[in-house]
This record gives sequence, structure tokens and C-alpha cells, in this order.
Amino acid sequence: MNDSHFAAKKRADNIMTVFFRFGAWSAVILLIAFVGYVMGEGCRYLTADMLSFTEKGLGNQFFNTLYLVFLSLVFSAIGGIPAGVYLAEYARKGHLVKWVRMAVETLSSLPSIVVGLFGYLVFIVMTHSEWNMLAGALTVSILMLPLLTSVTEDALRTLPESYRLSSYGLGASQWQTVLHVLLPAAFPRIMTGLIMAAGRGFGEAAALMFTAGMSTDIRWDDWNLGSPSCPLNPLRPSETLTLHIWALRTEALEVNANEQAAACSAILMILVVSFSLIARYMSYRIDKKMGGN
Amino acid sequence: MALTTTTYGYTKERSGEARPVSPDIAAVEPGSLTFEINHMDLFYGDHHALKDVSMDIRTHEITALIGPSGCGKSTFLKSLNRRNDLVENCRITGDIRFEGKDIFREVDLLALRTRVGMVFQQPTPFPKSIFENVAYGPRLQGISHKGELAGIVEQSLRQAACWDEMKDRLNQSALGLSGGQQQRLCIARTLAARPSVILMDEPTSALDPISTQKIEDLALELKEKYTIIIVTHNMQQAKRISDKTAFFLLGELIEFDDTVKMFTDPSNPKTEEYITGRFG
Repeated sequence: MNDSHFAAKKRADNIMTVFFRFGAWSAVILLIAFVGYVMGEGCRYLTADMLSFTEKGLGNQFFNTLYLVFLSLVFSAIGGIPAGVYLAEYARKGHLVKWVRMAVETLSSLPSIVVGLFGYLVFIVMTHSEWNMLAGALTVSILMLPLLTSVTEDALRTLPESYRLSSYGLGASQWQTVLHVLLPAAFPRIMTGLIMAAGRGFGEAAALMFTAGMSTDIRWDDWNLGSPSCPLNPLRPSETLTLHIWALRTEALEVNANEQAAACSAILMILVVSFSLIARYMSYRIDKKMGGN
Repeated sequence: MALTTTTYGYTKERSGEARPVSPDIAAVEPGSLTFEINHMDLFYGDHHALKDVSMDIRTHEITALIGPSGCGKSTFLKSLNRRNDLVENCRITGDIRFEGKDIFREVDLLALRTRVGMVFQQPTPFPKSIFENVAYGPRLQGISHKGELAGIVEQSLRQAACWDEMKDRLNQSALGLSGGQQQRLCIARTLAARPSVILMDEPTSALDPISTQKIEDLALELKEKYTIIIVTHNMQQAKRISDKTAFFLLGELIEFDDTVKMFTDPSNPKTEEYITGRFG
């Protein structure tokens, strides 16, 4: 072993350090470039008309997106969180658990267009209904379900065993332990799972094409829930921002379709980024409060 | 003989109760029996972890369980509040009675765990505020009145000698406390559930000497009102605080006697070898 041996080692070390650093930074640079481009293009074409909640504007699609994601989060939380609790806390080792876990994993890798077709068959064709938001939300919740299940399961599994032992030691039942100790302690991580699921919901298009429909007709003075133009009626067709981008770019029904699509993308981007930031901040606050600092 | 069950459901008679009757301290005569263990054997699968153990544990005494690692002392302790129920493949035969009743057949599991509190080796506060940690037990028992909870929290923290240092930070997270404070908080949390027995599983082994001293003083104070069973690696600790000492070796109860007698004139040569430090 001579000096040149060590020099070679050091050189290889330096090269690899640069390589890894490049990898890390390229993700950041790509994101900034991408967001910058979309925002720049979008803002250039954004007009006051587009911001309105009318047929010409994107406001209705914006509202549909929020409402649909909210509904699908509710549905997937109702199914996914209990499933995760079951897998982590109640299930004994055995075949049943293996099957449940396999089902969850398979579900998570289904292509969204296939889930969309499934949603179309089950929620539209079989119920003899028109395209509607409820069908869209249920379809998207199928995509969110496995994510929430596994996040909840992981969140509970990583909690120290001492929480369970102490709670049982104080005379708590299993349900009391889950409700009062484990779920609150796992809350920040479940919250993160909800954010990730929401992100998926905001961006979803394929699963909604045949379920939520490609049109929207909202009248903001119509608050009769049964009416097809009431904003809060989930049984009306409800085009989201992503679907609108898709429609604009493929059907080109309007002269300035490209510009509208760019503006629409920018709005979607702002929505996703701000939602993610707010949720992150909330989860950080909760974490901090519970961590005692 | 009695076997462990793996159910810890909430039975009907129990859920209807507003609050289990707290031990009537005056009515319990010192010297009466809290636990009677007769010919108890415990198996983890094929492993025979406790062999024919018989022991009487008297009310308002501190009983220390000593012995080298793996001798079964913690396993024995865990059996007393049926924590071994949570262990798969664990089987117990023999007779364990708490206040005269068979703990597997005549005492409701949740009632047993309420009456027999537990303090662990590592402090185990919940990620909640100090107040909520202590109020957890009473809340489980259905107490929701704020004033009543506040009273119980204060009383329990005072009993565990933490009131003065914690009264101004009741709403802060318990995870921000030091290890010694956390352990005393856990004792307060146990006391708030109104047990009559406190099981301590090496409660000071993760603490510094000053915190250890505080916990030992606390144990001596609590003995006036509670029956304490403590597992310890530290023979000096057993000598300092306990009334009775039980020496376990390889799953067998080798000797069980007054602490003073055990440490001055043990009747079994193995006990003498262990307490004089010749093995362990």
C-alpha cells in the first residue's frame, strides 16, 4: 500500500460524494423548474374571467376538485383507517391477515384507468345513474384506501409497546387503548397519510373520466340539495380541474384552449402545493405539542 | 387448573359501573393476605419458566423479588396482573388468589388490572400532557367531571412527590420531563387509578442515583397505604426498602423470608452465595 493507493481511494470518495449530491439536488432543481414553468405559463394567460365561478371561469372546477377530494377522503378514511387498526392491533398472525395484506397491496398497484372503468361499471351502469361526483369520489377512494390502510398500520406498529402495556396496566380495554392512546399518538402520521391521499385525489384524472363526468353546471344561487345544479349536491356531474385540462387539450372546443389549460394547471398547482404546506405545518404543530418541546 | 385466556373484553357488569369501589384502606388489616400463590407453574411454549412457586404476599408490605437475569422474577410479577395473557403460548397452572379470589376465574380482568397497578422498568408516559397522563386511569373509570379529575390529579401527583415541580406545567407534554420525573409521573398515574397493589418492575434501573433515592423514599411512604411488590437487580435496594424478600433462581423460588433474616442469616446456601455476590 502506497500513497497513490490512498489518493485513489480519496478520489473515488470525492467523485461519489459529488454524484450523490447531484442526484439529490437534481430532484430539487427539477421541481423548482417544473413549478416555475407551470406557474409562469399559467399566470401569463390567467384572466379575471377564468377566476370567476361561472361557465367561462375555472372556479366551478376548482370547487368540484375540493369537494370531490373531501368526499373521497371521508370514504377512504372510513374504510382504510379501521382496516389499518385491525391489521396492526387486532389481527393475529395467520392466513386471514396475509390475505388482507395481499389485497391491500394489490389494490395499491391497480392502474387508475382500470379502477375508473370499474367505478363506471359499478357506480354508474349498475346503479343506472348519470355521471356524478359521488361515483367519482367512491372511485377515487378505492385508490386512496390501500395507502391509508398501510399508513395507519405502520403508524400504529411503530408506537412503543409500552403505550399498550401501560394502558392495559391501568385497566383499559383494548378499544379504550386504541381510542385514547394509540390513535392520538399515531395521529400525525395518519394525518400525513391523509395528505398523501389527498394529493393523489387532486391529481386524479383517469379514474374520474367515466365516473365524475366531463361537465359541470353549478348555479351558485341554487341551494336545494336535490337540484342538479346545486353546488353541494353530490349527485351531479362534476368536472374537476384535471379533467378540465384533459378536455381542453384533447377536444379543443375553444379558441384559447391552450391558454386556459395552462392557467388551469397553475391553479391546480397552487392548490396542491398550498394544501401540502398547510397540512405539513399542522402536522408539525401537533407533533411539537405532543413531543413536549 | 386455571389456564390463561387471551380475551380482554369489556364485560357488561364492569362497563355499567361508574367507578370501582376504591380499596377501603381502613378496613384492610395490615398483615392480611393480598396475594396467595399456591403451586404455580408457568410455561412459555415448552419452556418451564416458573416451577412450583408458592408465596403469600401480605398487605401493606414491600415484597422484593431478587435473582439473576432470567430467573423468572419478572415473569412472576407479570402474572399477578395477568400481563402474561398478552404473551402468546403462555400457560399458567396452579392457584393465584387476589384478596381471596382466583384471578383467572373469579376476578374480572379489567377490575384486576385496575386494582393491581404497574410501574415499568423504563418510564412509560403517554404522549399526552402531564394532566392527561394522570387523569387517564380515572377517565377510564368514567370520571369526566373537571373538578373531580383535577382533584385526583393533584392528590396523585402529591402522593408521588411531583406536585411542586409539575403543578405549573400540567398542560405541557409529559415527554418533556426528565427520566426520573417521568418515572414518578408514571407512579402518580398508577396511583390515580386507585389500585391497592403496585407492581414495580425494576423501576429505578434506568434512573440516576438521585432519582433512585426519590423513588425508594416514595415506595416507603406508599407502603402505608399500598401493597408493593418490586423486582430489583439491586440487592442493596431490596435490603433498604423491603419487608420480605423472595429469591428466585432458574424458575424456582429458592427462599422467601423476612428481608432482615434473608440478608443476615439465609437458610439456603444458594441464597447466601447470591447475596454475597458469588454469582449473578
